[in-house]
Amino acid sequence: MSAVHPIRTVAKLVPAQEAISAVRRGSRVMIGGFGLVGTPLTLIEALLGSDEARELTTISNNVGEPGRGLGRVLLDGRISHAIGSFFTSNPDVIDRRERGLLDVTVVPQGTLAEAIRAAGAGLGGFYTRTGAGTLFAQGREERIIDGQRYLFQEAIHADVALIRAHRADDLGNLVYRLSARNFNPDMATAATMTIAEVDEVVPVGELSPEEIVTPHLFVNRIVLAEPPRV
Amino acid sequence: MSDRSVAHVIAGRVAARLAAGEIVNLGIGMPTLVADHLGPDQQVFLQSENGILGVGPTPAPGAEEPLLINAGKQPVTVRPGASFCSSSQSFGLIRGGRIDVAVLGALQVDGRGLLANWALPGRPVLGVGGAMDLLVGARRVIVATEHLTKKGEAKIVEECTFPLTGDRAVDVIVTERVTFEVRNGGLVLTELANDVDVGWVRSHTGARFDEDLVSVAASLGSA
Repeated sequence: MSAVHPIRTVAKLVPAQEAISAVRRGSRVMIGGFGLVGTPLTLIEALLGSDEARELTTISNNVGEPGRGLGRVLLDGRISHAIGSFFTSNPDVIDRRERGLLDVTVVPQGTLAEAIRAAGAGLGGFYTRTGAGTLFAQGREERIIDGQRYLFQEAIHADVALIRAHRADDLGNLVYRLSARNFNPDMATAATMTIAEVDEVVPVGELSPEEIVTPHLFVNRIVLAEPPRV
Repeated sequence: MSDRSVAHVIAGRVAARLAAGEIVNLGIGMPTLVADHLGPDQQVFLQSENGILGVGPTPAPGAEEPLLINAGKQPVTVRPGASFCSSSQSFGLIRGGRIDVAVLGALQVDGRGLLANWALPGRPVLGVGGAMDLLVGARRVIVATEHLTKKGEAKIVEECTFPLTGDRAVDVIVTERVTFEVRNGGLVLTELANDVDVGWVRSHTGARFDEDLVSVAASLGSA
């Protein structure tokens, strides 16, 4: 393993502000994370400084926490439609919805994750048992498969995915840390443009091919994480 | 008795129903406490919907790892042999029947074993999380719930009036007073705390049930 091959690296590493310029008015944006774990906080900070990033449709499990993470983008009035699985813990979502400032689409968490995966895998959608016979089934196509009720769910695609990984190499291969993986590898595959926030960028060859979770072809831009501002 | 000690009585009784080697998912809220009641020899593998198989005990204060949380977003540890996966893979194994037991909380559960645990009638729907996936996917579902609401109303009702979590019946309902098993579409009382009689259960349960008492649990006072 001592041979170093002269692989030409692609200059994907850019400042956060430059990377975030991919988010335009009305963009559909995926944001990784479960609560705040695995959330790209530096990219969210950059989003707050963007003139263009408004009227967004966000796809994320939660909308951050109240006033933290994506919750700040919500309070800044930049989100007009939030798609996710669990907003119950964020009173700001409830408040903005009641004031008519926010559309909310709740999707069971497994259905959300699979819809994102499906978009990345070139599928139009899938049938799931989840939600059959519930309020969630209203207005949805239902199909009996092997005697069981299934609901159709369309794939969920985005213009831009903002994801959080632990390390990238110069090509954009990604590895994740602990439970900060969650939605990030799925979202990396499901957007036209994927921007990965990482703690460290290492030379090509330093990540073992066996440990790489997201291959570089899914990653368009890399941004270094800044220490959280208190 | 405090709410917390009631929750621990329920969690302890649920833990006693788990067998070594089982893959177990604990829902948020009270079910999470089950982890504290697993004996040292009772090796179950705890799965967390955010992509962990092999969740360990709660870390000591100051030893929390910020990037290691459970479904309730509380800090956890992992055991040797643990693994992490993506959300789609996590729910793939949940829906795919790889979870032996899911322990879920309840707003209501009814005489047919149907569960309502994610929304209140007439209120906007703001979150479901993984509850619907766990209900349809797990091989066995145990509901862990207080017997009564804080207002003293029965949580076990004839038919749920709150929105259902799914069309699949749960298998077992454990409260601080009783255990019901769901058999042939109805409830069967199988366990009773030793300071409660069947008359109390009948007057504090909204659904009809049969009796097949096989065990007497420790009284609440001893918890």
